[in-house]
Amino acid sequence: MNNFFIILFHTYLSKLKTKSFLVTTILTAVIMLALTNMTNIIDFFNKDGEADKVAVVDTTGQLFEPLKEQMKMVNDQLILEKFSGNEEEAIKTVEEGKYKGFLEVSLNSENLPVASYKAMSIADSSIPADLQASLQQMKTVMASNQINIDPEQLEMLYAPVEFEKSALEADAKTEEELNQARGLVYVLLFIIYFAVIMYANMIAMEVATEKSSRVMEILISSVSPIKQMFAKILGIGLLSLTQLAVLLMVGYISIKQNLENMEGGFFEFFGFGNIAGSTIAYAVIFFILGYFLYATMAAFLGSLVSRIEDVQQMITPMTMLVIAGFMMAMFGLGQPEAPFVKYTSFIPFFSPMLMFLRVGMLNIPFWEIALSIGILVATIAFLAVFGARVYRGGVLMYGKSNSFKDIKKALQLTKNE
Amino acid sequence: MVLQLEHVTKRFGNFTAVDSLSLNIPEKEMFGFLGANGAGKTTTFRMVLGLLDVSEGRITWDGKPINYQTSSIIGYLPEERGLYPKLKVRDQIVYLARLRGMQKQAALKELDYWLNRFKVPEYGDKKVEELSKGNQQKIQFIAAVIHKPKLLILDEPFSGLDPVNVEQLKDAVLELKNAGTTIVFASHRMEHVEEMCEHICIMHRGRPVVHGSLKEIKRSFGKKNLVIHADFDPAYLKDFPGVTKAKQTTEGIHLQIEGERIAEDILKEIVGKGFIRKFVLEEPSLNDIFIEKVGASYE
Repeated sequence: MNNFFIILFHTYLSKLKTKSFLVTTILTAVIMLALTNMTNIIDFFNKDGEADKVAVVDTTGQLFEPLKEQMKMVNDQLILEKFSGNEEEAIKTVEEGKYKGFLEVSLNSENLPVASYKAMSIADSSIPADLQASLQQMKTVMASNQINIDPEQLEMLYAPVEFEKSALEADAKTEEELNQARGLVYVLLFIIYFAVIMYANMIAMEVATEKSSRVMEILISSVSPIKQMFAKILGIGLLSLTQLAVLLMVGYISIKQNLENMEGGFFEFFGFGNIAGSTIAYAVIFFILGYFLYATMAAFLGSLVSRIEDVQQMITPMTMLVIAGFMMAMFGLGQPEAPFVKYTSFIPFFSPMLMFLRVGMLNIPFWEIALSIGILVATIAFLAVFGARVYRGGVLMYGKSNSFKDIKKALQLTKNE
Repeated sequence: MVLQLEHVTKRFGNFTAVDSLSLNIPEKEMFGFLGANGAGKTTTFRMVLGLLDVSEGRITWDGKPINYQTSSIIGYLPEERGLYPKLKVRDQIVYLARLRGMQKQAALKELDYWLNRFKVPEYGDKKVEELSKGNQQKIQFIAAVIHKPKLLILDEPFSGLDPVNVEQLKDAVLELKNAGTTIVFASHRMEHVEEMCEHICIMHRGRPVVHGSLKEIKRSFGKKNLVIHADFDPAYLKDFPGVTKAKQTTEGIHLQIEGERIAEDILKEIVGKGFIRKFVLEEPSLNDIFIEKVGASYE
């Protein structure tokens, strides 16, 4: 077998078998399963626990029934029970754990309800919020009765204004589509961001490990450093695709099985209901390009350090670029048409995320996508040629300095004067 | 098949690491490559291996240039030991052997042979970081020779080893030599070079200062060593004409003299001074030659 493939598969297989890789993959898969089964999990825990009960002390004797009716509409999981004792007795039952809390309702001088709620802890805000909402409704009804507004008039008062948005552009996305696209793009941006940082790091570490353990000298005496560098980048790339494939598979199957449960919920919001094939395809393209861009950079930066401890310091500027791109993309999610998003989507270090964002959310002319990908590919090619030269010299350099001046030194080593 | 270096020069910017070095290393020969630290040995090796390009000159093996196509015929034991610390010995030797063009099965078989030879068959399944430094050295040596190279470059192969292991490794090197491997051997340990090599080259600041057959070099060096142990104090002999160096020891004196004739004069001088327990005229050691040729420029 060709040396290139020996290194490629050695890198791939030896990384695949490491505990850290297996643990990360399994852990992420479990988290994905948990996320996609969120409704089931919530149901499971809710079935287990009893419905929350709140004791109500009604000093007027006429507020409890309407409140209970109102509560059924707000949250039927919260049960109100009339409590006839005094405050101290009520506090005692709460302390015993029989009730979540107790509510004291009365009427004020204007004949409107007032209430106070006491519980062991008010950290769980949903019960007081539900109680407050129910009381608010009651108060509105009672107050409107007092000033002689009939229910129809009241409804008129509270009805939301009709407001419709529509884009004039022929194939522009509707509001609903845009929201869905935003969710999907958001998730995919996260994946690109994490994967690029993680795998670029892995490459830099791998190169630095070989260098610091000095096995590099033996390797480059059998295989040219350039061949070795690209075999490594491809090997780790293959690893990243394997991991992504596993995760996507788990996610896809799990979502498919839970599809009924998810209607209208969290997942529809994230646009998983009708995933656009082209968005996924562009995500894969920009992920791969982004990976190659940063992996090439990481490989030659990794070749400049002599000790593993220095790797992080060396690749920090690169990580900053990724983070900057991600931040801009996050901002751009809200305003994908902002000019700065448009311009930065052509800058190679940011384009994997920002152009993907635009492709996913807007209908942009194909030439813009092609231009952005073209610039990206050209940059990768340039970095590969430049990086390979630095790498070739860098792997032979040892010493404690590890600044960017070393790039010049490394290039000088490979020069043929 | 000859390893030939013709006027090889390597410059890094303004610094000349190797200056017009010409060597001719015949097949099946063990060639000693000596030099102080920074003399240009490792740079020369890196050029031979193709890791660095020569600035001027030519390096050929059997008349052809050396490059990555020929890497399967070259074995290299670098001065700085390097193996994957977390990888099992078997996995990494097979990996490195395959990179040198070997088949997996053949590499496994050869590895077993070498592990048994070094009496450490149980190391195959251990991680390198679990082994002692000396044992890592053996694994490193196996990595360099497993693919039966025709040209073997050993950079300080015995450093950090105990005497038993040195003997084991030395035997292995001699066996390879007898099997027809051309070996280039760099070391600071003069006695090893003296014992094993027929031809040597001493490098100093990128230039060869001594070059040729070991016997020839010793003969032409001229100076001899004279060891005298006696009951009387022979210290005054250090000012005797023809004595170039003197070193007092607990039992007597070690003199470096310009030739055999001086020894005769000294013997005549000290006869009758007292009882002489030892009077030996010795060939100069490589150590003396090295210090003379390389050390002189430090003074």
